[in-house]
Order: sequence, then structure tokens, then C-alpha cells
Amino acid sequence: MIELKNVAITAGGFQLERIELTVPTGAYAVLMGRTGRGKTTLLEAICGLRKISSGQILIDGTDVTSWAPGDREVGYVPQDLALFPTLNVAEHLAFALKLRRWGVKQINDRIEELATVLGIESLLNRGVANLSGGESQRVALGRALSFRPTVLLLDEPLSALDETTRGEIQTLLLRLKQSVTILHVTHNREEAMVLGDHHFRLDDGRLIEAVLEH
Amino acid sequence: MSSTETKVPSHQRRNRQRSDAPFFFVMGGISATFITLIVLLLVADLRFTSLSDFHAALVKPEIQAAMRLTIASCTVAAILSLWVAVPLGYLLSRYRFPLRWLIDTIVDIPIVLPPLVLGLSLLILFHQKIGDWQLESFLGDLGFSVTYRWPAVVLAQFSVACAFAVRTMRVTFDQIDPRTEDVARTLGCTRGQAFMNVTLPQARRGMIAATTIAWARSLGEFGPILVFAGATRMRTEVLSTTVFLELSVGELDSAVAVSLLMVAMAIVVLLILRLLGTGLNT
Repeated sequence: MIELKNVAITAGGFQLERIELTVPTGAYAVLMGRTGRGKTTLLEAICGLRKISSGQILIDGTDVTSWAPGDREVGYVPQDLALFPTLNVAEHLAFALKLRRWGVKQINDRIEELATVLGIESLLNRGVANLSGGESQRVALGRALSFRPTVLLLDEPLSALDETTRGEIQTLLLRLKQSVTILHVTHNREEAMVLGDHHFRLDDGRLIEAVLEH
Repeated sequence: MSSTETKVPSHQRRNRQRSDAPFFFVMGGISATFITLIVLLLVADLRFTSLSDFHAALVKPEIQAAMRLTIASCTVAAILSLWVAVPLGYLLSRYRFPLRWLIDTIVDIPIVLPPLVLGLSLLILFHQKIGDWQLESFLGDLGFSVTYRWPAVVLAQFSVACAFAVRTMRVTFDQIDPRTEDVARTLGCTRGQAFMNVTLPQARRGMIAATTIAWARSLGEFGPILVFAGATRMRTEVLSTTVFLELSVGELDSAVAVSLLMVAMAIVVLLILRLLGTGLNT
């Protein structure tokens, strides 16, 4: 579960104020809003990359406001994916697990499991420089999911993909539903309707619950 | 199609026939002046000396000692430069902090300072008395005198080379996406782990380039070494001071032979840099 209580963030030229957000455990929430309104900033605050001016951030009921990003156990897929250029696909999937000192067999089993779920079995030994947009997206998802976080933050994960790949990744995200609490940022109304159980809109520095009609 | 062509006014057709040759002739001609100058300098040196002169110079014990000290001191200065350049280049690239502009300027001082002034400043630093205390005496008491010994050679080379290494590392870190570090931190890394596991491996080529540039700069250093370390044969003599010493005793053939040896070493270093293809503009 993700809870934001009276959160305020000042960043660059804008200010987010009195942000209240609750995403129940296992829910798929979609956050919409125009460009430059602070959607990415809010995701960065939840995963600990940006300090908040006031308020509380709770993950599964625990106040993590002052915690370092690595202690929050939140999976994060940024819009630009930020894959590690010096690592291959398997090393991406193993990255967080090695930090948590998992055993070699456990790591290999987890890589195999993720690769099967994400459909990237044939890519494991490839570097990330020559992956397609869809393949890169799957690797970034796998990296974020590898350590079994309870919360997954996705920043416009489908925006740079072609129609076919977008459909494939969308299906993949639908399969992840229930297993992890997801907060997904998008501009795309159709994408929000297909994926989201809960919809929010960020506008003029405030967060409101949105009702999307088919 | 042909009817369209006939409608094109004649002055436009002339434009299409304009040649790029004058442009490349002018640009190439101006560029060639500098290239020609460098090539002529090298050719003149090569014509001046002979293999026998070259051999005679290289078998001199003092020149061999200078060569050994040059390779050793340049290598130590380059390693020390990289050691400082990595953290300093990273901090200057990634963070905005108070007095950053001042630190940025201080880093550049050795680049713009006249070499003799740098040597003189080092000499003054080590010999200035603060009350009864003096840095050179203090180090001497610890059994590690610096001035007019080989450590002075390394320190003089390091003082200039490090500035170039910092510049190179800063450009390197500028080119690395900081988002990768952010993501690494969400995956469980501390800042230090994110730097070591994600950023530093991406900076590998820049680190090799910084080391190479620092080594090459150290090789060419002369003024600060002369003032701070002296030019004592078999003790503080490096190849750049050898050229000076050989010239001062009228051994022009030896001076030219050693110069060519330094040119060869510099070319090897520059070739390594090009082969690495770092694309860094430093």
C-alpha cells in the first residue's frame, strides 16, 4: 500500500501541496496530468530520490519519509529506463539481488523466473546497448521487480513504444496486477482506463481522484 | 519532367552547379599551415640527427637514468592525478555547492600559471617558515625530503597534470546519465555503491584518457621541475631537463636525439588516446 499524507514538495518552478494519496495493496493506480505538473517528482519522492518539504510517505503502513531509497523496497522504472550500459541483461536482473547477498542458486533461479515472465530468455547474455525499445522496457521492469518489491512505480512506461510493443507491455503489466501495488504515470487516457483500478490527476499543484468514463 | 526543368530560371541552374571545391580549398589550405609546421619541425629534427647520434645519446648512463626517472615519475604523477581527479571531477560534475565556482577556478590555475611561477610557488611553500615550523624540515625529519629530490619531480609534474586529469574526468562524468545512479539507489545501493558499481564502470574510458593525458603532460613538464627539483644529473634529471642540460653544454646532437625520443613517447601516448576513441575534448 502507498500512502501520502499532506505531502508538500518544492522543486524547480513548481510546488506540490497537501498531496493526499492512498493506493491499496495490490491495486493498480494511474496518475495523470499535463507535462511539467510534477508527476515524475511525486514518483521520485515516493521512492526516496527527492526530499519532501513536509508530510509523510508510508509504504505498507510504515513511515519511510526519512528512509534512504535503497531501504524503501520500492521498484522504480523511470521514463528513460536508465539501464546500466556496462551490464548485460542477466546482470541487470541480478543487480539488486547481489546487493541483498542472495545465493548464486537463488539468483539464477530468480533470473530464470523473471526472464520467462518477461519473455527475455534469449536476451540474457546481451548488452543493453542494442536492445529494442520493448526489450529495454522489459529489462527495466525485470530489474525493478527482481527483489520482489511490494510497490512498483512506473513513469510513462509505454510512451516511447510502437503500437504492437505497447500492446505487449500492456498485457505484461496487466499480468503483474495483484502481485504488486502499482502506481503508473501516463498522459494516455486509454492506457489509464485499460490498466488502472484507481485514477488520479495532478493539476495546479494538487492531486485529485479522477473519474474516467468509457 | 523535362518541361519542369525548362521552366527553372537560368540563375537558379547556375546555383546548382556551384562547386564545393573553393570552400574545401580555403578551409584545407588554412588547416594545412599548422599541420605543415608540425611535420616540418619533426622532419627537421630527424634530418639533423642520425641513427648513430641517436644510439650514442641513448647509451649515455645519465640519459638512461633520466629515461628511467621520467617513466617512473610520469607514471606516479599520472596515478596520483587520477586518484584526485575521479572524486573532484565527479563532485564538480554532479553537484552545485557553495563556492563551487571558486574551486572550479582554482583547479584551472595550474593550467594558466606560467610554469616557472608554479615551480617557484612550490619552492616557497616548502621553505616558508611559519614560526619555527617549515614543511621541508618537517618532512626531512620524517626522512622524506622533497626539494631537489625525486619527490619534487613527481610533485611538480602532478601539480600541472592533475588539473588536466580533473578536467577530463569532469567531462567524463558530465556524459554519464545521473539517472543510472538514482535507479541503482532505489535497487538498494548506497551513494558509494551506486558510484562504484554503476558510474565508475561507465567512466572507464575517461579514466584511461585522464591517466594518459596526465602522463603526457608530466612528460612535457620542464619549468616547475627545473625550479623545484633542480636538474642534477643522475638524481633529478628527467628527459625534458636532459634536453636543457645537453644544450647548455653544447651537445646539440644529444639534445635533438632526446627530443625525438620524447616526441616518440608523446606520439605513442596520443595514439593510445585516439585508439580509445573517448571523444573527450579537454
